Amino acid sequence: MQEESNVRSLPTIAAAVALLATATPVAGQGAFNVARSLAAGCANCHGTNGVSTGEMVSLVGRPKDELARKMQDFKTGRAGGTIMPQLAKGYTDEQIDLLAAWFAAQRAK
Amino acid sequence: MDGASAKVVVVGGGYGGATAAKYIRMWSEGQIGVTLVEPSAEFVSCPLSNLVLGGSKTLADITVSYDGLSQRQGVKLIRDTATAIDVDKRRVKLAGGAELPYDRLILSPGVDYMWGEVPALVDAAARETVLHAWKAGPQTLALRRQLEAMPDGGVYAVSIPVAPYRCPPGPYERACQVAWYFKRAKPRSKVLILDGNGDVTSKGPLFKKAWAEAYKNIVEYRPNYVLTDVDVASRTAKFDVQDNVRADVLNVIPPQRASAIARSAGVVTANDRWCDVDFVTFESVKVRNVHVLGDAIQPATLMPKSGHMANQHAKVCAAAVVALLSGQAPNPAPVLNNACYSFITDRDVVHVCSVHQYDAEKKTVLPVQGAGGLSPAMSELEGRYAFGWAQNIWADMLG
Repeated sequence: MQEESNVRSLPTIAAAVALLATATPVAGQGAFNVARSLAAGCANCHGTNGVSTGEMVSLVGRPKDELARKMQDFKTGRAGGTIMPQLAKGYTDEQIDLLAAWFAAQRAK
Repeated sequence: MDGASAKVVVVGGGYGGATAAKYIRMWSEGQIGVTLVEPSAEFVSCPLSNLVLGGSKTLADITVSYDGLSQRQGVKLIRDTATAIDVDKRRVKLAGGAELPYDRLILSPGVDYMWGEVPALVDAAARETVLHAWKAGPQTLALRRQLEAMPDGGVYAVSIPVAPYRCPPGPYERACQVAWYFKRAKPRSKVLILDGNGDVTSKGPLFKKAWAEAYKNIVEYRPNYVLTDVDVASRTAKFDVQDNVRADVLNVIPPQRASAIARSAGVVTANDRWCDVDFVTFESVKVRNVHVLGDAIQPATLMPKSGHMANQHAKVCAAAVVALLSGQAPNPAPVLNNACYSFITDRDVVHVCSVHQYDAEKKTVLPVQGAGGLSPAMSELEGRYAFGWAQNIWADMLG
């Protein structure tokens, strides 16, 4: 059931990724908000917009491929850790790509 | 958007409300006006407050100013208490007499205590002797003073209500922190956990290991102790079937429900205690334009009443409110996660975590099977992450 809903939302996600390459954040822009909202879920530990002030690493502006690979390594068990190997398993591959693209496109203010 | 004139009022400046206020300002690029109603001058964190009881942190260490919300984010702060909601006229009435109109109202009101379940504590004066310390602040300091004044060889007893209650692992972490203090300062003293539940409700194996090893001969755990009343003068706890228990320091965490302001808004819909919401927007299922966040909601499956989760509620709600006030559809597939650290000592920590994805057919969020879990064992590394979590989430909600 969850897989079905992900399949249905794929065009939206693809549009969001395409948008990220060129667009600046615009309030209320539906497709963009999917990635932005997903990423906001990481901010509790990694800081608003991925700018960390604590022990956790900053995600802001890191290369997309590096972020996606790290998440996949956590998800598949190739990378050790404490909380991230357990959390990464909760996100679909499409969501991981969206997250990686979003953080890669951010700049620290 | 015609957001220039849109007004959002947020009631409650805790983990849910403060986050919602900030994120609506940030994501609307300042176009939506946000007013936050909060009676406290400063934010005091419930997470980490057990370390104040243990003595390794002070209240100042877990206190954060609201200035960032007003100065950096442009949130209008009103230091007052919301006393009533008129959902037809869409107005919030404040104790100070003012009325605030809203287009959308966000209630993040936290919990009230059901004192009627512990009759002797209906008297407010009695609650200065038998403390709850379940909202960080003066009660936390008062309980610390009672622990400091207790002679070595004394008994500290904590009563835990039947679930659901705010912060499932919190009472067990508290037992560990008091035991950590006793072990160093009053080694002949005991910690007695009187649990209304049939077993430890969160991180069970990890807490039980700590009580059997690090706190052997200090902590005693007793399940199925459902509190019915107390005798304040003798600090005696009474139960439905178990024998009375007398303690030198008696700490009662009472049963809880959504705060009274939720009742005024008419959004309390579950068991006369909690507020059912639409998990796409966190709007009440019963009252239009009123959203509810945090511990006050009737949670989805395995969704804990935690500060971290309230922050996640707030972001789903903030995105939806910005979209709705801009004439857009909200994100139809929200994702939430929970990460919760508990301190076993002053630096050794364990976690529980989970990921929750929206299920469009069931119209709820469900925990992802195979994701999430517990620490294998306590560690100092997770202690550093726990302090990092606090720094980042406080900045995320208030910075």
